[in-house]
Amino acid sequence: MMTMIKGTAMVLSQKMIADGIYDLVLSFPEAARLAVPGQFVDLYCRSAARLLPRPISICEADAREGSLRLVYRTAGAGTREFSHLKAGDSLEAVGPLGNGFISPEDAPARNTEKVLLIGGGIGIPPLLELARRLPGEKIAVLGYKDALFLKDDFDRLAGRADPALGSLRVAVATEDGHYGCQGTVLDLIREQKLEGEIIYACGPMPMLKAVSAYALDRGIKARISLEERMACGIGACLGCITKVKHKDHHTNVHNRRVCKDGPVFDAGEVDFS
Amino acid sequence: MKLAVNIAGVTFKNPVTTASGTFGSGAEFEEFVDLAALGAVTTKGVASQPWEGNPTPRIAETYGGMLNAVGLQNPGIELFCRRDIPHLKEKGASIIVNVCGHSEKEYLEVVERLSGEPVDLLEINVSCPNVKEGGIAFGQKPEALFHITKAVKEIARQPVVMKLSPNVTDITEMARAAEAGGADALSLINTITGMKIDIHRRQFVLANRTGGLSGPAIRPVAVRMIYQVHKACPLPIIGMGGVMTGEDAIELIMAGASMVAVGTANFHDPCATMKVLQGIETYMKNYHISDINELIGCI
Repeated sequence: MMTMIKGTAMVLSQKMIADGIYDLVLSFPEAARLAVPGQFVDLYCRSAARLLPRPISICEADAREGSLRLVYRTAGAGTREFSHLKAGDSLEAVGPLGNGFISPEDAPARNTEKVLLIGGGIGIPPLLELARRLPGEKIAVLGYKDALFLKDDFDRLAGRADPALGSLRVAVATEDGHYGCQGTVLDLIREQKLEGEIIYACGPMPMLKAVSAYALDRGIKARISLEERMACGIGACLGCITKVKHKDHHTNVHNRRVCKDGPVFDAGEVDFS
Repeated sequence: MKLAVNIAGVTFKNPVTTASGTFGSGAEFEEFVDLAALGAVTTKGVASQPWEGNPTPRIAETYGGMLNAVGLQNPGIELFCRRDIPHLKEKGASIIVNVCGHSEKEYLEVVERLSGEPVDLLEINVSCPNVKEGGIAFGQKPEALFHITKAVKEIARQPVVMKLSPNVTDITEMARAAEAGGADALSLINTITGMKIDIHRRQFVLANRTGGLSGPAIRPVAVRMIYQVHKACPLPIIGMGGVMTGEDAIELIMAGASMVAVGTANFHDPCATMKVLQGIETYMKNYHISDINELIGCI
């Protein structure tokens, strides 16, 4: 069975939605059908001078339209190259990659389960598709440095949430305090006394570390999406490992592969020390 | 069109293999590549015990290449023999196992453990720049290389390929030392030691500070060293270093390689090995070459 597709993806649209943040929609039908929230795609640059693929998380996957929406931040020459793509352009891609927040085999959680979806900065995009597909009483806890992005998408989703899949609320924190709670996502959670029985989180490492400690303190299950510099993206090169507390059955050491075994891990298994 | 090549008495159906460390144990690439269609799969370096490898970041991209400092993370020879070799055999692949160690004793333990396994060649990694003990220590001094080669040859049941480091003043001196130690073949080049600094954060990009440079940026170095070794020493050569296309592979073959390994290109395109093989065939068709062996060291 094919689990990942290598092919040429066609750009359907692209726009800048905040300073340095781009919203790219690709036609990549087979991958869109396979994708689950939390997975990513590898995008390849045109020039072999930049030969490693750029892993970019999937913000939305529309199986019917055959499209993937990717929201990414320009971080270097590769993502700057992508930022110039226009409708009708094409690029090489492989995906979907990684495990995702919820595997297709997982039985859906109750639609009354209280869920915290915690996103920080460019970790916010993969939570949008998760918010759409995951059942439960969901609260999207979104933390921004300054400019907001994708908040409207979460608000729209909250306004027309499928009752069979529970409900969605949106709470926002900004570091500069220009909108919502001033501070971090955890400041916001404490200030508004937001509670969940399970946490899904994606964001910078310090945030994930703090969220994991918060969850472990309260005995809450947390699934966190990690980021690491990758080369192959398919579990071969062992470039992108995370330290884990127990010996992994595949690597036979205390390392798991972020690209293949992750990017999503149980917070309790990750060794942050 | 004859694509089969011979390395130390072993025939491979074509001259394309994989560079160790870039192709896992083969299984990782199965959705993209028919492993049985390759000349051989060269597996990631394996040691007598599992190795944790280096801290992250382990990877940094450079212009036309990349640095890695994975540090030979591997699951150890026992799990490798139990899981990875049977899987490759089931898929119909020929197998070259890359062997690493911190000491002569550790190399020999792996070679011994592999003696009864269905492995076609042993590639002894004495050239990894990313581990402090062993590895490179054996690969930069001719006497040390001679001794480890001799010790491995005494117990090895499969032909022995010594993988040479380019981080030496005279690669032919190393090739002759391996030959004197009894090596059956040579593979070159391993990665070139490099470094990258993040000028915005004023820190090293790799946790290990230095890493091994690979990719198309190093191909001219590989071509030059393969040529020099081929002229200086009669052993067959598995050539590697920045091969992205069939034309690149032909270049290494003309310099003296009997077989060519595709490495970093696998990260740029998971189907790279197959495309290199097709590219070789296209070249042979265009130039009416009936046997790839005609091209080996033809320059």
